[in-house]
Amino acid sequence: MSKRIEVNDLDVYYGDFKAVEGVTLTVEPRSVTAFIGPSGCGKSTFLRTLNRMHEVIPGARVDGEVLIDGSNLYGPGVDPVLVRRQVGMVFQRPNPFPTMSIRENVLAGVRLNNRKMAKSEADDLVEKSLQGANLWNEVKDRLDRPGSGLSGGQQQRLCIARAIAVSPDVLLMDEPCSALDPISTLAIEDLIEQLKNDYTIVIVTHNMQQASRVSDRTAFFNIAGTGKPGKLIEFDDTDVIFSNPKVQATEDYVSGKFG
Amino acid sequence: MTSAPARPARITAKKRLGDRLFSGGATTAGALILAMLAAVASFLVLQGVPAVTADPRDMSILAGHENFWTYVWPLIFGTLWSAALALLMAVPLSIGIALFISHYAPRRIAQGLGYIIDLLAAVPSVVFGLWGANTLAPAVQPFYTWLNDNLGWFPLFSGQVSGTGRTILTASIVLAVMVLPIITALCREIFMQTPVLHEEAALALGATRWEMIRMTVLPFGRSGIISATMLGLGRALGETMAVAMVLSSAGVVTFQVLTSTNPSTIAANIALSFPEAYGLNVNVLIATGLMLFAITLVVNSIARWVVNRRKEFSGAN
Amino acid sequence: MTTTQTRTDAAHSSGNGLENAYAHGRLGRRVPWLVLGATMLLSIVAFALLAAAGSTDGFNIVGAIMVGALGYGVVIFITSLLVEGMRQAKDRLVTALVTTAFIIALLPLISLLYTVVVNGLPRFDVEFFTWSMRSVVGEGGGAVHAIVGTLLMTLTAAVISVPIGLMTSIYLVEYSRGGPLSRAINFFVDVMTGIPSIVAGLFAYAVFALIFGPGIRLGIAGAIALAVLMIPVVVRSSEDMLKLVPNELREASYALGVPKWLTVLKIVLPTAMAGITTGVMLAIARVIGESAPLLVAAGFTANLNYDLFDGRMQSLPLFVYNSYIAQGTDAQAYLDRAWAGALTLILIVMALNLLARLIAKIFSPKKGR
Ligand SMILES: Nc1ncnc2c1ncn2[C@@H]1O[C@H](COP(=O)(O)OP(=O)(O)OP(=O)(O)O)[C@@H](O)[C@H]1O
Ligand SMILES: [Mg+2]
Repeated sequence: MSKRIEVNDLDVYYGDFKAVEGVTLTVEPRSVTAFIGPSGCGKSTFLRTLNRMHEVIPGARVDGEVLIDGSNLYGPGVDPVLVRRQVGMVFQRPNPFPTMSIRENVLAGVRLNNRKMAKSEADDLVEKSLQGANLWNEVKDRLDRPGSGLSGGQQQRLCIARAIAVSPDVLLMDEPCSALDPISTLAIEDLIEQLKNDYTIVIVTHNMQQASRVSDRTAFFNIAGTGKPGKLIEFDDTDVIFSNPKVQATEDYVSGKFG
Repeated sequence: MTSAPARPARITAKKRLGDRLFSGGATTAGALILAMLAAVASFLVLQGVPAVTADPRDMSILAGHENFWTYVWPLIFGTLWSAALALLMAVPLSIGIALFISHYAPRRIAQGLGYIIDLLAAVPSVVFGLWGANTLAPAVQPFYTWLNDNLGWFPLFSGQVSGTGRTILTASIVLAVMVLPIITALCREIFMQTPVLHEEAALALGATRWEMIRMTVLPFGRSGIISATMLGLGRALGETMAVAMVLSSAGVVTFQVLTSTNPSTIAANIALSFPEAYGLNVNVLIATGLMLFAITLVVNSIARWVVNRRKEFSGAN
Repeated sequence: MTTTQTRTDAAHSSGNGLENAYAHGRLGRRVPWLVLGATMLLSIVAFALLAAAGSTDGFNIVGAIMVGALGYGVVIFITSLLVEGMRQAKDRLVTALVTTAFIIALLPLISLLYTVVVNGLPRFDVEFFTWSMRSVVGEGGGAVHAIVGTLLMTLTAAVISVPIGLMTSIYLVEYSRGGPLSRAINFFVDVMTGIPSIVAGLFAYAVFALIFGPGIRLGIAGAIALAVLMIPVVVRSSEDMLKLVPNELREASYALGVPKWLTVLKIVLPTAMAGITTGVMLAIARVIGESAPLLVAAGFTANLNYDLFDGRMQSLPLFVYNSYIAQGTDAQAYLDRAWAGALTLILIVMALNLLARLIAKIFSPKKGR
């Protein structure tokens, strides 16, 4: 189910402003890839191009290729809806739908394609997804309560459950733990470890320990100065990036000399 | 020593003359509004009561009616029926327009499009009346004939079709155009406030634009739509001149919308009858005005109540 | 044979030898536009034929556009349903519907502005702005008495309602602490917002009838009716503007030892001035087009009257109404005057609105979002 992502010479723009320039990298299936780098270097921007969420912002556009198992996301006639269906996303701030119950939140994506799902089938899926997101035990007694009534960490795991309920090929996570306490963070890191078996995962994080704990490979992005585009500086196995990176800037960053 | 030892001594600022004048003035102005509204209500009641208590035979305007209530009933019916028809057209259209401006039109021109719709709100009602009677009515008349010929079996379209097109349906179309900018503006505001976070969540799940709107924008804006509708209803109920100029009325109670015998509305009836009214007839008209006031009051209160309830809800998040 | 054909096609569409899995079963970018063009063209041709055959008098452009839009919705829905499936089909249908809704709203606006300008221009002349209707029957005459009346009554209404409205909003924002008085004011301002305009007129009439006896019509009564309608608008818009003034400004001023009333007068009001002015202009624009309350309270007349306290006073909206309702011997002359009045009225209201927007734009403190 999980798929390979290949990015070829990708430039990302907000209107006339070039936010990210010339990124080329390959993400292997069934692996966790971490994006690190100083604030504003374009990690989120780049991540959002991987499921065509970037173009939701008015005036935003992209130049280059993103291939998922050989299909170009930016090819002619590509349906962004279909792309997003297969590349799930978890956002920095938890965003369950406030008007829906926990159960409905989990089913929100599935219902789009499969309106008349049998109740038992739906129940199974809800349980499976919530268990997958390590949330089942905490919410199994209140599935019909609104999702916004959960704690921040629970909400974030609900969003993960919602994303994996549609069984995507790839899961993108933009700083999924930045609004969470250490315990919830650990819960989510464990979860990522498990999810790795089924999905290709890309995660943006500011937390070096987190990157080294959960990821197989790490990409370091940097920016030359304000108004300049962000660039991919180094992309290698996580061990290499954190122990003996080839570029000086990477070493400075991971050792905390700047940023 | 102090009379209330439990309470810490309050520091009372020295009251300056300017302060006293200013706060006094502000308070008076506020109180004046209350007084004014009390005056409106009591004057109307004072002047309206004779219409109900006096002998109906003393009031020429009630000729052909048993009493005040049989006189006012067709008017109330006409007021509600025309407003209902107007909303039936205006609400779906307004929601569509609001969505178009907030979620479909290119961002750069969206605000300009909003201004264009707002232009409609700036047109005075007499101008709508003039346009409705002289341009719209003749333009829709052939269509009415067609409806009557082909769908005449449908009760609303039955009866003898009007030759001038100045029917309650035309009046309702004019009303719909008049309340449309109000409802649109409110809906647009509320649709634009939908949290981007939720919209993106829906899109990231692979929702189409319409599915995203149905999952996030419409649930978020529901109470806003309801209160916008209520405010539009309040406006449609009280509209006077446009209806007075467009509608050719006959004081009947009928649901047929294409004929030339239409129920009048309270407001239009006052406008048409007041200039010639004398004696107790004036009191009758004022009493009908009081009924209108009561109806709009109820409608607006419901709108406020919905809005306020919404405020409490959104505060929690 | 056919397999090679499809393979080359697929290779063509993706460029790297594999079929693009995400471009599956999508309508091309240009298809909707082609469908739109085709249905519009068909509809226009159909209506032109109908017109040529004489079954409609003249070419019905509105009908053609509406039928074309309807046809587009149906055709794109079915096409999309066949190629892309139900979800996309619904999405496209809603897009078509929503766009049509906007176009439908434009129709009355365009038609209205067009008719008012075309019908209003013939009598939009010097005589219109210099003559009253005194002893005019048939052609000629003007609306100067109505314009004067409208200006006098609206100005008086503004003079009454702006101080009351502004002071009330100052009370609500700066002085009240959410006590019963402020709650009562809030509630009743809401109630006042919903007063139908004709009821405001009845109120003003009732007051003056009680003092001067029945049948009285006075300019000042009209002004009071307008003020009743204007006050809640002024209160609400000023209140919103005052609330926008950041609390830091007030606190900074208190910290300098400036008393509260001076803070309000010298700091808060100037900061909110642009917004308040805009609100007042919009309120004026709203009541200047009011006709119903004036019909009841100020009546109508053919004569020029400068005295608010003596006799009936004509107003521009009522001039329009009257010319239309009571068409005299030369009906066309009356209608022409009505349209010219409508044109003048629209111009005044639009100018006020534009001015208000301009003030808001130029003087408003820059805010985010
Ligand atoms: N909606 C937008 N419109 C215009 N420019 C934007 C927008 N969002 C981000 N940018 C710009 O794009 C650049 C990259 O931003 P991005 O959010 O991708 O950074 P980031 O690496 O995710 O930072 P952080 O670590 O703080 O989340 C920044 O210069 C930012 O100002
Ligand atoms: Mg970011």
